[in-house]
Amino acid sequence: MSLLNQTGSVIAMNVRSIPQRLWMSLATVGSIALVVAVLLGFLALANGFNQTLKGSGAPDVAIALRDGSGSELNSVVSREQIDLLGQGPGVRAGPDGRPLISAELVLIVDGIKKSTATKANMPLRGIGPNGLLVRPQAKITQGRMFAPGSNEIVVGAGLLREFSGFELGKTLRFGAQTWKVVGVFEAPGTVFESELWADAPVIQSLFNRGSTFQTARVGLTSPAAMPAFVKYVKDEQRLQLKAQSEQTYFADQAERSGLLIKYFGWPLGIIMAIGALAGALNTMYASVSSRAAEIATLRVIGFSGFSAFIGTMVEALVLSALGALVGVAICAMGFNGLSASTLGAGFTQVAFRLQIGPDIITQAVTLALIIGLIGGIFPGLRASQQRPLLALAT
Amino acid sequence: MSALIQLKNVKKTYKRGKESITIFDGLNLTIEQGDFVAIMGPSGSGKTTLLNLLGGTDRSDSGEINFDGERIDGYNEGQLAGWRARSVGFIFQFYNLMPVLNAAQNVELPLMLTKLSAGKRRANVETALKIVGLWDRAKHRPKELSGGQQQRVAIARAIVSDPKFLLCDEPTGDLDRNTANDILGTLQQLNQEMGKTIVMVTHDPEAARFAKRTLHLDKGVFAEVTQ
Repeated sequence: MSLLNQTGSVIAMNVRSIPQRLWMSLATVGSIALVVAVLLGFLALANGFNQTLKGSGAPDVAIALRDGSGSELNSVVSREQIDLLGQGPGVRAGPDGRPLISAELVLIVDGIKKSTATKANMPLRGIGPNGLLVRPQAKITQGRMFAPGSNEIVVGAGLLREFSGFELGKTLRFGAQTWKVVGVFEAPGTVFESELWADAPVIQSLFNRGSTFQTARVGLTSPAAMPAFVKYVKDEQRLQLKAQSEQTYFADQAERSGLLIKYFGWPLGIIMAIGALAGALNTMYASVSSRAAEIATLRVIGFSGFSAFIGTMVEALVLSALGALVGVAICAMGFNGLSASTLGAGFTQVAFRLQIGPDIITQAVTLALIIGLIGGIFPGLRASQQRPLLALAT
Repeated sequence: MSALIQLKNVKKTYKRGKESITIFDGLNLTIEQGDFVAIMGPSGSGKTTLLNLLGGTDRSDSGEINFDGERIDGYNEGQLAGWRARSVGFIFQFYNLMPVLNAAQNVELPLMLTKLSAGKRRANVETALKIVGLWDRAKHRPKELSGGQQQRVAIARAIVSDPKFLLCDEPTGDLDRNTANDILGTLQQLNQEMGKTIVMVTHDPEAARFAKRTLHLDKGVFAEVTQ
């Protein structure tokens, strides 16, 4: 009880004396806030990117690529293979009674990024009538769907946010052909929002693709039908394709690309954290030395070294927690929901929104508290070793 | 009267670099219950060392230190801290109040080391502040008080847990004559009316006059005793 009382008193005194070292304490809070904001920014970037890729895949849609292809761009799927896919188990029937398969191809075209006014790659996807049926989250929100057989395109809302020149009604030039934007579609939180869509047969003929596609998206009756269908594709010798659920496909891609952002964010965060730690140590040593007479007095009166240690620790933790709070606030107000785009798999741009979630806030706050903890331990030990000599107290 | 404090053949040496400096080489001292002793002496005579030994904030190399029948020279740091909290009230030259705490909170500090309830602590703080005549300033922070008032708060802090022994290090060294006399009068009152045993280190002969006797310390030896 007495230990609790004396420690409580020392903590209260330390915390209440922070304003006496206002500027130094503010500098510590500021540097920790900066670390938290930067780290959180990177993690929010990785998080938003991951969420977008992961949100893109449906569990009951299988994506079939040429065996050995990592992404859609370097895959080839023929008409015959697509017919064979339709004979697999658990394939859902479309409105026309035929297997619900969307045979698609993807090309890379140039666009001008609004933020940097530089050229960037974006995917132009050729889809058929089943393209929207295997993507129930996609909806035309302005204009209309392209007409089959025409040089018309619809543009994703995410792409429209990030790139200029794709507004509804505009005419574009890809290759030797001109295209007209006739609609805008939304597919919230998915990579499809960063794409341009046009009629697959038109793209095949204008870009000399013959009758080949690059991927087939196969609608299944339920997610439970996935394993049997995947096994069918693997075992069917005539196919030479690899099938997986669209969800797994995007989750894998998210992992690969997200790690890049994450592994850049953490080292940067840690380097900055070391800088902030130096500041925190400095502040806390200054705090201990400015209170040397106070600590010595308390020790003379009979307070323990332990209470002086805990008091210093708590002060450091309070400063780092304040820093974390400010950092999170900066990030939440400044970055959260901010739209960004970056290279996704296949060297095309993926537009996404930065997302701050409880997980990454916990990670950034933990880093801040570690700074506080280390920044408090050594000065705290110095405080606890303060001898209770009267000469020091006076 | 019985002895409250007894130093027997106390030796104390400090190391400064390779050199060792002997402060006391067989010091003997007896302070009776209810005594009020002033200790005077030039700088370097060992006053501060004596104060630290009497207050249990430093340890002797050899010899005995007895307090109220309790031998404290063998105590470890933790035991000494507990003994100080129970038995000694300290009064410093520069008051040593905590600037962020108000007068009442400063006075309450030693009680934080006891098992008293919050209500009992408040009552004791009120009593101590009333003894030094500052109850009406209980909510004031040290910087809102004069030097004399701050020293009174420090005296209240020293007596709040009702120790038998008050140890004062130049208690009026930072005060003007009138205020100093007021403070010394209060100490005298604590000695005479409440039976506190007081040891006061001072440079000021005027201050020493308030004590019952004065010991002159020179080069680690009590050179002269004035009654």
